[in-house]
Amino acid sequence: MGTMTLLFTSTTLVYLAASIFYLVSMIGKRPQAGRIGRWLLLAGIIFHAACFAVQHSTARGTPVTSLRESLSFFAWCLILLFLLLDLRFRLSVMGAFAAPLAFLSMVASALSPNIVVQLSPVLKSWLFPVHIMFAFLGNAAFALAFGAGVMYLIQNRMLKSKRFTGIYQLLPSLDVLDRVNYTCLSIGFPLMTLGIISGAFWANTAWGTYWRWDPKETWALITWFLYAALLHGRLSTGWRGRRAAIFSIIAFIFLLFTFLGVNLLLSGYHTFDTFAVL
Amino acid sequence: MNIVIVGLSHKTAPVEIREKVAFPPSAMEAPLQQMLKLPSVSEAVIVSTCNRVELYVISRQSDAAIIELKQFLADFHNLKLETLQDHLYDFEGAAAIKHVLRVASSLDSMMIGEPQILGQIKSAYGYACEHKTVGLILNRFLNKAFSVAKRVRNETAIASNAVSVSFAAVELARKIFDSLENKTVMLIGAGEMCELAAKHFINNGVSKVLVTNRTFSRAEKLAEEFGGVAVSFDNFREQLHRVDIVLSSTGAPDYVLSAKKLKEVSKMRRYEPMFLIDIAVPRDIDPLANKLDSIYLYDVDDLQGVVQANLKGRQKEAAKAELIISEEVDQFCLWLSSLEVKPTIVALRQRMEQIRQGEVEKTLNSLTRLEDKERKAIEAMTSAIINKILHHPTYILKQKNNDADGNLYVDAARTLFDLTDQGGTELNNDKSNS
Repeated sequence: MGTMTLLFTSTTLVYLAASIFYLVSMIGKRPQAGRIGRWLLLAGIIFHAACFAVQHSTARGTPVTSLRESLSFFAWCLILLFLLLDLRFRLSVMGAFAAPLAFLSMVASALSPNIVVQLSPVLKSWLFPVHIMFAFLGNAAFALAFGAGVMYLIQNRMLKSKRFTGIYQLLPSLDVLDRVNYTCLSIGFPLMTLGIISGAFWANTAWGTYWRWDPKETWALITWFLYAALLHGRLSTGWRGRRAAIFSIIAFIFLLFTFLGVNLLLSGYHTFDTFAVL
Repeated sequence: MNIVIVGLSHKTAPVEIREKVAFPPSAMEAPLQQMLKLPSVSEAVIVSTCNRVELYVISRQSDAAIIELKQFLADFHNLKLETLQDHLYDFEGAAAIKHVLRVASSLDSMMIGEPQILGQIKSAYGYACEHKTVGLILNRFLNKAFSVAKRVRNETAIASNAVSVSFAAVELARKIFDSLENKTVMLIGAGEMCELAAKHFINNGVSKVLVTNRTFSRAEKLAEEFGGVAVSFDNFREQLHRVDIVLSSTGAPDYVLSAKKLKEVSKMRRYEPMFLIDIAVPRDIDPLANKLDSIYLYDVDDLQGVVQANLKGRQKEAAKAELIISEEVDQFCLWLSSLEVKPTIVALRQRMEQIRQGEVEKTLNSLTRLEDKERKAIEAMTSAIINKILHHPTYILKQKNNDADGNLYVDAARTLFDLTDQGGTELNNDKSNS
């Protein structure tokens, strides 16, 4: 257990360091700081993966069953997707969004109750980790789309109202932010789709039925439709810019509810069983 | 040795006076040589731009130099000193160093952060070098000024944002479109600002230009100039859906483009953003169009607002620049004062004495069976050696002090014997050294 805590703490600190470097890079206009941030994040996900490996070997089954573990895994997915996005769009602003978010997720994870949940044998299947993987990666992509959307709206507000503050200089162009939003949506949507489908198959192996209208499934479906509509709008009827940004934000709120809200507020077999307090 | 400056600028003299004292670049030799002939001047540089005329010299007698330079300026241009007197300023010593550093860094310019002044001072330095009126100090000093100007540009944002309407327009376009390549610009009407902005856009990557004008021949002429296509005024609106950036400046009393039309165009463009700059007064484009999601409409006041905001930003950066400059002034003053002969000779002696004592101590410690008499002899011998070695160099330094190139010797002595940490005295009026 000592190794895992060590890895967890190191990862959290590395994410924090990366956040600082990205913020410095963005505000101080130093691209070198951004480069260091990137390397730190790379180191971070390796430590983080090692952390999961250790946890996996000590537990029995994939370690994503409690809120604590979920938040940690989300952080990992977020950084992984950010680094992939970074290959295409080198933006320190996105780093300045993703790295702190990952750090906060890790902190939230550390603050969550440390309870190891044993999966009941009925739920064990190779489909479980697959389902989790797709779902979380999809979430991470949508989180990035949300970030880009917020930034777009801020930048757009300034360009429209013609009242410029310091942020105007820091944020990239509307076009770039819009393209980032589109890229993240087009990565996130297939991932989420596969997440839902693999979830259905997993449910079938465990309970003999593909869909039970469990609150989580229901809300996930609603969120899926929202993102489907958004992507369709973008592709066919020229929904872009401001409209797409607002929609990405709304859809992400639905996603947060699906991911966290359902587990915390409603009941069903998706709950974190041992999570009693709200 | 002091740096002395006499001159006038846009801050102290109107253009009618400035043009009377300007020195054309093709005729620098005569004024430079004449300046060098002045009794209290040993090095000279003339900086003459449309906004300032300044004379930089090295002198031992600052007060005399200032008077002589003012008179020279008047005489050379056949003016009466009285007419110039009130417009002239003068600096010496640390204040002079600070002034030049500020000017080179564009802090004294009409528009802070402008890039031309540095090039202009470099040219002035070039002419002076050509005519051999630059010596050790001005050489070191002006090169220092160039590096400080570079430092200011790199370490502050003093020159980074657009402070002219055309540059502001391009900057805004970049914030909307990211890259301007493959974008299409349409020019509606004509006019200096419009055409200037168009040129800037083309310089920044815009490839397609459409020009329209009530007078088709005018449109054709402009189109040719910009390598674009002329469009008749009757149906330019039908081409708008292909255009990303519009520059409008017609003399029309009403709107040439309505919000309704732009709504249609926007839809046809599948809501790709469109940047419209309305330079005309009265305005050409209905301001309500800005309410549309994908339309970004700016009029002259809006652009001026951007420029003002950027200028304010430059003011803040100017404060940072002043700090950098203060630092550099102190450093340079230190170097300048190290060129004083007396402290240099003293430092030289101290260094030699240090070495002598060190070696004598080492040797005497190992020769334990020496008697007092022998010890004294060794002390005397080493002192004599030092004195003989230093005799001629000291003489030369004192002698050369009165020559124009005396500083070279002092600087060389400091470098050769590594006296740089023995520091000079405060920079002062060295009447005592003449």
